[in-house]
Amino acid sequence: MTSATREKELKPRVEITQISGTEIEVNMGPHHPSTHGVIRFILFIDGEIVVRAVPDVGYLHRSIEKIAESMPYSFFMPYTDRVDYVAAINCNLGYALAIEAMGGLEVPERATWLRMIGVELNRIMSHLVGVGALPLDLGAFTPFVHALREREHMMDLLEILTGTRMNNNYIRFGGVCQDVDDEFLKKLEKYLDHFVLFLEEYDRLIGTNKIFIERLKNVGIVSGEKALSYSFSGPNLRASGIGLDLRKVDPYCFYNDMKFDVPVGKGIKGTVGDSFDRYIVRIEEMAECEKILRQILSKIKEGPIQSKVPKKLVLPAGEAYHHTESARGELGYHIISDGKSASPYRIKIRTGSFASMTSLAEIFKGMMVADVIAYFASLDIVAPEVDR
Amino acid sequence: MTQFIYMFIFAVIYLLSIAVAAGFLTVVERRIAGRMQSRIGPNRVGPQGIVQWIADAVKALQKEDIIPTDAHSFLFKIAPYLVFMGVFLTLVPIPFGAYTLMENLDTGIFYVLAMASFVVIGVMMGGWASNNKWSLLGGMRSAAQMISYEVPAALAVFVVVVMAGTLNFQKIVFSQGASPVDWYVFRNPFAFIAFNIFFIAALAEGNRVPFDIPEAESELVSGYNTEYSGMRFLFFFLAEWGNLVVIGALVSTLFFGGWNFWFEYTLEFSVPGRYPIRFEVLGFLWFLFKVSIFVFIIIWIRWTLPRLRIDQLMDICWKYMVPIGLFASIGILLWMYFVPEKSLADTIMRYSMTSFGGLTILYFFYRVFQNLRVTKAKIYANPFV
Amino acid sequence: MLREYGAVLLFSVLSIGFIFVTLLASKIIRPNHPNPVKNSPYECGEVPVGNAWVNFNIRYYVLALIFLLFDVEIVLILPVAAVYKEWLNTGFGLLALSELLLFIAILVVALIYAWGRGDLNWIKTYERANAMDELKNAGDYPLEEK
Repeated sequence: MTSATREKELKPRVEITQISGTEIEVNMGPHHPSTHGVIRFILFIDGEIVVRAVPDVGYLHRSIEKIAESMPYSFFMPYTDRVDYVAAINCNLGYALAIEAMGGLEVPERATWLRMIGVELNRIMSHLVGVGALPLDLGAFTPFVHALREREHMMDLLEILTGTRMNNNYIRFGGVCQDVDDEFLKKLEKYLDHFVLFLEEYDRLIGTNKIFIERLKNVGIVSGEKALSYSFSGPNLRASGIGLDLRKVDPYCFYNDMKFDVPVGKGIKGTVGDSFDRYIVRIEEMAECEKILRQILSKIKEGPIQSKVPKKLVLPAGEAYHHTESARGELGYHIISDGKSASPYRIKIRTGSFASMTSLAEIFKGMMVADVIAYFASLDIVAPEVDR
Repeated sequence: MTQFIYMFIFAVIYLLSIAVAAGFLTVVERRIAGRMQSRIGPNRVGPQGIVQWIADAVKALQKEDIIPTDAHSFLFKIAPYLVFMGVFLTLVPIPFGAYTLMENLDTGIFYVLAMASFVVIGVMMGGWASNNKWSLLGGMRSAAQMISYEVPAALAVFVVVVMAGTLNFQKIVFSQGASPVDWYVFRNPFAFIAFNIFFIAALAEGNRVPFDIPEAESELVSGYNTEYSGMRFLFFFLAEWGNLVVIGALVSTLFFGGWNFWFEYTLEFSVPGRYPIRFEVLGFLWFLFKVSIFVFIIIWIRWTLPRLRIDQLMDICWKYMVPIGLFASIGILLWMYFVPEKSLADTIMRYSMTSFGGLTILYFFYRVFQNLRVTKAKIYANPFV
Repeated sequence: MLREYGAVLLFSVLSIGFIFVTLLASKIIRPNHPNPVKNSPYECGEVPVGNAWVNFNIRYYVLALIFLLFDVEIVLILPVAAVYKEWLNTGFGLLALSELLLFIAILVVALIYAWGRGDLNWIKTYERANAMDELKNAGDYPLEEK
């Protein structure tokens, strides 16, 4: 077919009215290399510049909250892994604490320590994915693999602790599913010695790279007020200069006894709350996690790991909201029980990623396509946590 | 007629070698990348995976060729031809040895600069004809980038041309010597600046990281070649990796003495038959060594750096490299005028520049080993598994 | 002299032939099962809205013009540069030097002029996007910027 006839044939397809002038509507996602799963933005671009953007969520919706209503409380624990598979134990913990608070269940001391080990390890792993995927989305592949390499070591550790590498399903109501021996603790301590070196090296490789800094600084600035109005939480909020950490503000487990700092964004390369701050806050937070882990290691004692929990758990009628500091911000479980059945009446999960998504439409406006990617990657959003 | 047949055979050898070299480089790149990323890389096909590229080519050969219905099929089809031609034609005047060259074109560098533009046209054509918005963005970005970076590249070439007094590659090689002191890169500071500009501009023209924004896979899916599949995609691929060889060859010819080995090529040798074949072979291998060093550096950069944004990219070109290039051009003209060749100042400058270069490399290795000591980095994987 | 370019012709014919033959070989062995979905342009899994062949704001036409200027200058300057050394040796150095410097001075002036006018800037984002909004609200949507 000649090009002339082809063009004639194509004529009706051109919908000039819809794309009015120079504005092009282009779908970024769901199957796009840097939307971290299946998230879709509809970008209206003028050249390279985004005129407006419509984030579209729901491609990974698995009705986890609805599923919870059809099963006993304890059966829902594996599903919480899938809320945020990158930081699965954090999601376990939030659910377990909420149920324990409602049911008034006791948790043995050692179980809490083990939970904290799991949670902090998982937080480091999650942040490693976050700071690894950021340079990946900016075009540097190697740092991502380096970060994943370290994550792999931690997965080995988690495998000893929980029995699985991902989707650990580690925490039980009133305890944890299995105990560890001292050898694990020694291994963990030895690994932490290595991890400090790695973190320092990684930050030197990426955080001092001129191109990396130039791509991130002053990109996607979210001021403290804005961040609060977007209901940001976790590292994204702290990067905007507000040092709100639920482990400090509303301590759970034994975080009261832990000595750690809450890193906040200081705008060391540009403005407070830019993408580089979100990167550096995560790096600093990993260092804090390492400190916490060391304190846990020095304080952990032998003891039982599981308290007595009724086999058929029926919670008293009422509702409870319990929030924990997950790797992606506040992870809250709002549980309503009717007091009769062994399954919840309703569960609502509040996740950090979903809150972060709210900022996209406004921040993307006026950005370049490359900055869209940089900003989105710096938020460290995980698609299943958005959609649940 | 016999001459034509010889020429034809020679050209076919060139074609096959560039195809093989490009294929081989893909494997080398993946192995190097693997090494840098604490993993192994392809090592299954053949010893250490060195024939992986054949497997890839055979696979691509069997892949369905998908041309989108909405695409402009004619332009879509001819784009790979232009891109591949743009890379392949640049090989004509590049000397790989005293006699190992296709045709000693008098326009030399000029011709190469012209042929390199084919790639832009091909890439833009492919990007536009795909009727895909990502491809369109990629094509437009690549046009912006490639035309911009032609300017600093040409300015850097200008410096060499002024120093050599010719456009002919072979003569440029002759006018440099075998020893580092005679290389243009260490002749004077302006040539050194020119080398840096040329190398960076060549990276940008070859769409390599950190200037790979036309195919930025995390932004534009795959940029201008998003819609290409099977063999058609492979030719874009082949051109990109063939381009590595061309960049390496150009840089080593223009700034690093080309194929000149430790012996001087004197007039006596210019009579065919008087030139010992072992010199030719050694010169060729020496040249390949230089080329592979540059290719390695390009691959190394690719797996280390993030990519730039397009406005930063254009800023670097127009606000840094072009003014610096102009400065180097003016500088070299004055330098040539006030410091005649073989004068005392010239000699001092050559030797000090060479020692400066040597010290820089030594300092680099010192830093690397120091870093290794400080971080106590463990070697995670045996490279030859 | 033109005979030299026989090799160039040969190379171009050969490279075209190479691709053609390979594609032909591929055509024989490759499967061909087109369907409408497969043949639609890739847009991250969604059905594309509109066509990609629209007025696209490439934003660098001024740069393209400057490039043209530079490229032409370089075409003119390189042959002169090639004989610069010879002229130095034969004593016409000052003439050649001043000529070349004049050439480059024109380039420098052009660059400074373009820089001063802000043509080297990739138009910065924020004002631009808002301006678009305002114009759209006013019902006067521009097809190209001024």
